[in-house]
Amino acid sequence: MEEAKPRIAIHKFTSCDGCQLAFLHLGEDLLKLAEKVDIVHFVEMGPINPTAKVDVAYVEGSISTPEEAKRIREIRANSRYLVTIGACATAGGIQALRNFADTKSWMQAIYATPETISTLDTATAISNHVKVDYEIYGCPVNSQQVLASLLSLLQKVTPSARRDKVCLECKRLGYVCVMVAKGEPCMGPVTHTGCGALCPSLGRGCYACYGPAENINTEALTQWLSSLGLSDAEISRRFLFIQNSAPGFKEAGLKLKKKVP
Amino acid sequence: MNVIDTPIDTKIVARSDESSDIFTLTLQFTDTEKKDYAFQPGQFNMLYLFGVGEVPISILSNGVDNRLYAHTIRRVGRVTDGLSLLQVGDHVGLRGPFGRGWPLDLAQGKDVLVITGGLGCAPSVSIIYHILKHRADFGRLFILQGVKHSSDLIFKKQYEQWAALPNVQVALAADSSQPNWPGHTGLITELLDQINLDVNNTLCMMCGPEGMMRASVQRLTQMHFPEEAIYLSLERNMECAVGHCGHCQFGGDFICKEGPVFNYPQVKALLNKKGF
Amino acid sequence: MPYFLAYEQFNDLISALNALGYRCLGPQVQDGTIVFDDLTDAKQLPWGMRDAQKPGQYRLQKSELNESFAWANGPQAIKPLLFKPKESLWRVERDEEGAFTFKETLPEHKPIALIGARSCDLAGMAVQDKTLLKGQYGDQQYRWHREHLLVIAVNCSYSGGNCFCVSTKTGPKATSGYDLALTEIQNGFVVEVGSDKGRDLIDSLHCNEAEAAEIAAAAQRSIDAANMQTKRMPKDNSRALRDILMNNLDHPRWQEVAERCLSCGNCTAVCPTCFCHHQTEHPTVDGNGSVHAREWDSCFTQGHSYIHGQVVRDTTEKRYKQWLTHKLGTWWDQFDTSGCVGCGRCVTWCPVGIDLTEEMAAIAGESNVVVDKKEKDS
Repeated sequence: MEEAKPRIAIHKFTSCDGCQLAFLHLGEDLLKLAEKVDIVHFVEMGPINPTAKVDVAYVEGSISTPEEAKRIREIRANSRYLVTIGACATAGGIQALRNFADTKSWMQAIYATPETISTLDTATAISNHVKVDYEIYGCPVNSQQVLASLLSLLQKVTPSARRDKVCLECKRLGYVCVMVAKGEPCMGPVTHTGCGALCPSLGRGCYACYGPAENINTEALTQWLSSLGLSDAEISRRFLFIQNSAPGFKEAGLKLKKKVP
Repeated sequence: MNVIDTPIDTKIVARSDESSDIFTLTLQFTDTEKKDYAFQPGQFNMLYLFGVGEVPISILSNGVDNRLYAHTIRRVGRVTDGLSLLQVGDHVGLRGPFGRGWPLDLAQGKDVLVITGGLGCAPSVSIIYHILKHRADFGRLFILQGVKHSSDLIFKKQYEQWAALPNVQVALAADSSQPNWPGHTGLITELLDQINLDVNNTLCMMCGPEGMMRASVQRLTQMHFPEEAIYLSLERNMECAVGHCGHCQFGGDFICKEGPVFNYPQVKALLNKKGF
Repeated sequence: MPYFLAYEQFNDLISALNALGYRCLGPQVQDGTIVFDDLTDAKQLPWGMRDAQKPGQYRLQKSELNESFAWANGPQAIKPLLFKPKESLWRVERDEEGAFTFKETLPEHKPIALIGARSCDLAGMAVQDKTLLKGQYGDQQYRWHREHLLVIAVNCSYSGGNCFCVSTKTGPKATSGYDLALTEIQNGFVVEVGSDKGRDLIDSLHCNEAEAAEIAAAAQRSIDAANMQTKRMPKDNSRALRDILMNNLDHPRWQEVAERCLSCGNCTAVCPTCFCHHQTEHPTVDGNGSVHAREWDSCFTQGHSYIHGQVVRDTTEKRYKQWLTHKLGTWWDQFDTSGCVGCGRCVTWCPVGIDLTEEMAAIAGESNVVVDKKEKDS
């Protein structure tokens, strides 16, 4: 009898749906992949079976409603490996900016009938709620990252855990440093690689959408950005952006924010 | 001939579980005509897990057939996790042998003291097999093995067999032990007081956690054991095994090339320094 | 006997190289700096440009001279051409029985003629030769690229703010490692021959022999460049640095520099001698094959010292210490040379301007600033 194919699910929480596209963008590789695995739940592609038991669950989005907080626990219980994809799932995403504000007063300012909306006061990472086996950084993540992770997991091997900085990738690809050559503020020295140094390849500074790399020195970068003419408020916004609640960025950003008059 | 740049294919001919996370894979070249591969005790191979990568593992001869190469492996990362799932008949890539092994020629005519901790016993098994095979060339053989907990001990049967041989003394130590533990409960360095060492006619070879090796060196030197007669095997990240990738730099040495076995005075200065 | 290559003959040089099957690379202004790229016409050279380099800063300016090589250097040395930032090493196929067939993957491309390498770059290449070519094991990929490279060096007539090759004795004039070496003077270049290949090449161009005045002008340009240098490596980059560093592993300066250092690895990537790389694996989706490759690594990454669940160098202090003690110290033990060639790239391209000569000065207790000769005499 032929061995059953591994089962994969791709789940969505509070997010823009952009990270799931990394699977669709695999193109021909997606067809090859479909021969090796059963994709049992992937709304963007077609299959719907949210409560299926799976070998690998990819989770996009942050937890921002009571319903989501309950649903992620069910998914965890149904999955052998749980992998988060993207800034929302790994660090809360842009919507985690609400964690620094008063949700109720915002709701009242924006919505006509806020009492009809059921939401939590915070938008938080999946790992704040359940055990996560592997996190893929990025906003959005790309096809090569998800594919590499899946090929590893299919061999029952943990995906590679390197968390180099964007700078190294810039140098490997032969891109000229925008900060040194043009004085362009760049978050590359504190940001996780994986994007292929997209922004510096186009001559602009990295805006840290891939979140913190390992062993970051936010103080030193802050001082340098300040010497390039950025105000505390501007530097703070660079940390408190897409990855505002990621460890390291959050502390650096809030510290600067406090200094802003 | 060595296999340096590109791996060659091997097949798993035997597999045994030594503990919950330690296992031994015995490999045979699929090209059975390949008879010119030879290794020295203490050298290592790079084993390749298909689609994942390579990992350095020291070579144990199995003591019987020199065409079979046993590798005792602990599950500690991506590649070793994947290797642990392989079964007899599965294939593994192999490059090697690499590095400088144990100075068995210098030990001729002398007593040999083998001190190992944890999985450090694996690289030293090849020393023991070599000595047992050329028994007349060496004096007494002392085998001291330390583990954190008595349940961590592997190769139990081999220790019992070796202990029964003439002129071989085996002493085991566990930092903590369960009832019926036949060895010493305490530090491995305390075992040094239990054996009758001839400090001026013994070569010491040790392998294991660096803290254990530092403590053992300290105790030995207190006993007036000459530093030059101590050899130890070191371990660092290794990816190329030929002194090119830079990961195993230890001061002015590449552990993959100048080591993994070093004479203690050569590495003494950096052994106590954090970050090297 | 040196030759004279007039500006008008520069395109003949490019054509001759192309006719010999070479792809020509030469310096060009790109992205605010000078990089090596495909060169098909002398017009592409950085005419009239000059670089102003400071720790953490590189700016191009117009020079008062309309020369093509009136600048010091850009971010790349020869390294990316020989020790590629990413390169495959071998591939493996798995058959139906699960057995593997391994095959080395050697590069396949046209030979390269690099025009405009500096003396420090050649010194860097010589250091990498020791690591990747001349040891117990040669590196196949490096050797292939090395055998398919022709180098036309251009001696410096100007030193940037971070140049210190005089103190490391690796410049500003190239002494070996080139096929041809050019020195720019009025209206062209004085050309010196460094190899048989270089000899054949210059013979094919039918250049005049350089006149005594031209040779003297070229020599003066190297002297002028040397005199421009304001930075130096303490102890003139000698073997003495090894013991100074290894005897100061607990110096407070390590912690102090770690507070400024981003641990980003830029210094190691631009360094012409750094050789660390890590291996990567690229399996095919169908599960039947895989490519084993490598890419530049850095001792400033966590992965560099990772070993079964632990990181030997878990802090920036330990990583910076590894980099400097190796580069300026234990490199001597391994390769009988310093790992520093005085190009100053790690100083310029450090995003926060950390200067290794300054760090070394703090530990060695000797200045990294060149004392003006006249000032010293008086």
